[in-house]
Parts: sequence; structure tokens; C-alpha cells
Amino acid sequence: MQSDFRRGLKAGLPIGLGYLSVSFAFGIQAMALGLTPLEAVLISMTNLTSAGQLAGITLMAGGAPLLEMALTQLTINLRYALMSLSLSQKMGEDMGTGRRMIFAFGNTDEIFAVASMEKGNIRFSYALGLMVLPYIGWSGGTLLGAVAGSLLPAFLRSALGIAIYGMFMAVVLPVARRERAVCMVTVLAALLSVALRYLPFVSGLSGGYRMILCAVGASAAGAALWPVEEAKRE
Amino acid sequence: MSFSVFFPQLLVMALVTYLIRMLPLVLMRHTIRNRFVRSFLYYVPYAVLTAMVVPDILYSTGYVPGGDVRPLVCAIAGMLVATGVAWKGKGLLTVAVAACLGVALAQALFLLV
Repeated sequence: MQSDFRRGLKAGLPIGLGYLSVSFAFGIQAMALGLTPLEAVLISMTNLTSAGQLAGITLMAGGAPLLEMALTQLTINLRYALMSLSLSQKMGEDMGTGRRMIFAFGNTDEIFAVASMEKGNIRFSYALGLMVLPYIGWSGGTLLGAVAGSLLPAFLRSALGIAIYGMFMAVVLPVARRERAVCMVTVLAALLSVALRYLPFVSGLSGGYRMILCAVGASAAGAALWPVEEAKRE
Repeated sequence: MSFSVFFPQLLVMALVTYLIRMLPLVLMRHTIRNRFVRSFLYYVPYAVLTAMVVPDILYSTGYVPGGDVRPLVCAIAGMLVATGVAWKGKGLLTVAVAACLGVALAQALFLLV
């Protein structure tokens, strides 16, 4: 049997590759806003979040006050609290406080998605393996985008942009096909997301709020209409 | 940007982001028994991921509302290919690459016509 760490590495490979292309775009954007490659890479190495970083460098470039930076990050990234809460129910016995603090740093949308699909509890060595390649991909991609972004042909950049979304679909669709309730929650979340994005009055909501409303709305509806039997969570 | 301006911003940004992720994971130590909450948390990943894909995937190849529609068509092509491949239960990397190929194929067709 493969060790947990190696299994984690393998599961993290597609995430790392996906990050390479997404953070590449971030690196390009950071340069455009007047940051240095070192600053862009430092941000990626300490934050590990796409939407939050993009908003962050925009605020930096505009010289925003620190309080505005804090509130913006809180809003955009609040969804992670929901994901961490969800993962707290899947922590293995070997996950003490220190190890939880390490894993928390890597709890991105994608790592969360893959970790949630882990059968049974998440072991620390698996979590660690899962984090390594995405972290390298995210930091390395930022560096590449910052120093060599303008060299990549536009058509290649736009084709890579969809990679991360394909990955998300690969997580959701097979389960939605198998479980009718998950399928309904998925459809509901999609409808909510489209409504919040395009309807008047609410379309000005930031991406972070929109995601929280979608996640809470669709999941709560799912929990009320189709409660999950105990066995499925184990 | 001078480092004395950059560094405090970086610190605030990283700290806020980390605390949001860390506190629930460290503080929530017991198993939630409430059936509603358990079901809710079970559905969260699917709802979050779906909300992230829809409708953002349409803009993932550079389409800007009111602008050239070709990137939008390419994104739809990639999305359809990814849907088909994901539906069959293929792995994450396979679906991601298939989506990129779908976009590339549509781009190539646009070059021909």
C-alpha cells in the first residue's frame, strides 16, 4: 500500500499544475500594478489564496489603509472558515493542535475539495503530502508570471485559464451523478450563484459574499430537505 | 512601492487570511451530532465548488461582457468537454486537461474560419 504522504502528493499534483497557471496570471497582474517579483512571490507564499491576493495587490497599489485591507480579506476569505469547520469533522486522531495549525495554512478551495473527498478521517501525513505540490505550484507560478509573463502567447494563457474549473467539475459531477441530493444541491447552488451575479441590486456583491450566500443557502436547503444518514459521513 | 509600505500590508493580509482558516479547525474539537448541521457540512463542498464554477467558468478564457464573443464560445466548448469527461468519473487532472484541450480546439477552429 502507498504511504499516506505519497497518496497526498499524488492527489495534490493536479492542484499544483492548476495553480501554476492561475498564479502565473497573478504574477502578471502584480507586475502590472507596480509590485516587484519578490513582493509578488512573498504574497503568494504567505497567503495561498487567489481572490484574496488579487484584491490585496489592488488595495496595495492604491495605498489603502490597513483596516480596509483587513476587512476586505475577511470578507473575501470568510468562506474558508466554513471549509475549515467542515474539515474539522474529518480530522484524524493524529491531528493535534500544532498539526491542525499547519494544515489550516493550506486549506485552499482546491485542497479542501480534495481533502473532503478523502474516505474516512484525514491523517496528517496525507494532509502534508496534499499541500506540498500546490504550494510549490502557487509560489513558482507567481514567480514565473512575474518575471516571464509577457513571453507566453495569449492563446496558451487563455486555454490554461479554464484548468482550475475543470478540476472542480471533476470533484462535483461524479458524486452529483451518483447521489440525487448532491445533484439537487449542486443545481440549487448554480441557480443561486447565477441569480446573485446578474440580478439587479445584488449583482454588486463581492465574490466572497456571493460564495458564502450560495454555500449557506444551498447547503441549508439540502440539509433541511435531504438530511444525510449517519453512515454516509463516516 | 517601498518595503515599509508593502510589509505591513503583507502582514495584515496574511494574518487575516490565516486566522480565518486556522481558528475553526483548531477550536472545533468535538464531533457535531446535530443531524441538520452534519448534513449542512456534508453539502458545503459541493455548493462551494459549484458556486465557484458557475458562472465564472464562462469568463475564464478572457471573455469580457460586451467584447469579442469568441473567448466565450471557447469557454463553453471547454466546459462541455469537461462536463462529459467529469460525468464519466475521470480524475481531476484528466478533466482539467480535457477542458484546456476543448478551449484550444475551439480556438483552432476560429483560426480556420
